[in-house]
This record gives sequence, C-alpha cells and structure tokens, in this order.
Amino acid sequence: MKFGVIVFPGSNCDIDCFYAVKDVLGHEVEYIWHDTEKLNGFDCIILPGGFSYGDYLRCGAVARFSRVMAAVKEHAAAGKLVIGICNGFQVLTEVGLLPGALVRNKNLKFICDTVPLKVEANDSPFTSLYQKGEIINIPIAHGEGNYVADEETLKKMKENGQILFTYVDNPNGSMSDIAGICNEGRNVLGMMPHPERACEDILGNSDGKRLFESILNALEGSLKNE
Amino acid sequence: MKAKVYVTLKKSIADPQGTAIQNALGKLGYSNVEEVRIGKLIELDLGDVSEGEAEAQLVKMCEGLLANTVIEEYKYEII
Repeated sequence: MKFGVIVFPGSNCDIDCFYAVKDVLGHEVEYIWHDTEKLNGFDCIILPGGFSYGDYLRCGAVARFSRVMAAVKEHAAAGKLVIGICNGFQVLTEVGLLPGALVRNKNLKFICDTVPLKVEANDSPFTSLYQKGEIINIPIAHGEGNYVADEETLKKMKENGQILFTYVDNPNGSMSDIAGICNEGRNVLGMMPHPERACEDILGNSDGKRLFESILNALEGSLKNE
Repeated sequence: MKAKVYVTLKKSIADPQGTAIQNALGKLGYSNVEEVRIGKLIELDLGDVSEGEAEAQLVKMCEGLLANTVIEEYKYEII
C-alpha cells in the first residue's frame, strides 16, 4: 500500500506520520510537497499536523489554496482515503471536505497532553479494528481544536454516525465532545489527536497504531473486491 | 480604492478571547461591560478599480478567504 504525506511550509508532524507508516507499519510512503499538481498511485493521503503557512489568518486558511489541495479533493472525490491530523483536520474543514470548523480552545491555552478518547463508531475504514465504545489514549497538542458546527450539521453528523472519536474529558470546548469526524462518504477523516505519536509501546503508547492498521485492512479489503 | 474588512465570530460561536478581555476589564473596574467580542480588521489597497468592481471583489475575497462563513461574519467599507 502506498501512503503520501503532504508537506506544507510549516508542517511539523510530517516526519512522525512518515515514520509511523514506513517504520512501524512497513509500508511504502512518500512526502508530497504542497505545489504538487497530481497525486497518482497513492492509496491514502495524510495531511499532517503543524502550522501550515504560519496559520496566518486562520488555521488552514492559506493551505487550502495550495496547488496540492485540488489534487487532494480529486483523490477524495474518487472515494480514496484521506486523513487530516490536527492542522490537517483544520485544512480539511477549510477546504470543505469535512463539515464545521475549529476555533480557539475554550480555555485559550495550547494543550499538550495525552487524553482518553471514546471510539464512537467502528464502521469506518479508520476505526474498524477498535471496539465501539472502547476508550483509547491518544496525544493532543493544539491551541485551536474546539470543534464547532451549526445544529443542523451536528444533527446530520450524528444521524450518519460521522462522529468517530469523542473526548472523555472535553479539554477544548468542542461541541458534543468531538475529537474526530469523517465525511458522509466515510473516506475522509479529520481528528485533532495524534495517532501517529502513539504507535509504539517503547514510546509508551500504541493505541494509535490500530487506526493505521484499520486503514491497511480497508485498503487490502478493497483490493480483494476489485 | 481602499477598503476595510471587519471579520467577527458569529454570535452563535463562543468567543473565549472576548470573555478573557471582559474579565480583565472587570478587574480594571469596568464592571458594567456586558460583552466583549474580538474580531479582525483587514485593510486593503485595491489599486485603481471602480467602486462597483471593488465591492464585487471584496465580497468574493471575504467569501473565499478572508472569512470562514461557517463561523464568521464579515462587513466591509470602501473608503
């Protein structure tokens, strides 16, 4: 399976994502510079965390216009997998691939911690190896992770089971304790917590590894069906 | 043609920065302050365009980049 990690000016979790795919999972992965026009041959695209374009104006607002994002939209429209982690999640909401927006944490603080998450749904390519209702611990590191959406959008997301992860102890003020969501097509994931930082027991936590293994499972399954 | 664009959080979106400033103003003795909302002021020099063109451009700029209409409202004035 081939993963691609998008690198914007200011991305700083790109190497962690690359490492998780290559060294932990043992799969092929390439860095993709933000001015790349075509994404050919990638099974899953990762938008990593960081401060793309300095987070000027709003987090993800400028990254949205980088050349590669048109290609990411095409990739998603073809039903292929896209994950946005932290700043990547913010970019995906700005570009409209995911509903809602992320605003300043309620307590105004940048929060760097490991927090318990509840897996709300496991019928997605990103969460299939978790149990529904399972509590996992995943690191967070953000100042603007407070998820907001209008009531109608929230209601629709709940009905469709698009909320995949919620915080057990809401750290940032997110509506409905939302930590991670997917789109209606269930092929685009956005989450503020960092699964790529929780992939090895030797680093203290491997709860995030199953997210990547779920993706591999889904990709291998779709190959068999072709 | 010059313009000012004001971008503010929608009323329905909590503004923790505004609340923090309100609390600080309270400590300065301004206990009468009932609400503070923080926004952005963006000043633009649009060069040599007509007022009509400037307005059309400003709407597109605001909708496309300057404001995220999921969470923010905007208004502009042409000077």
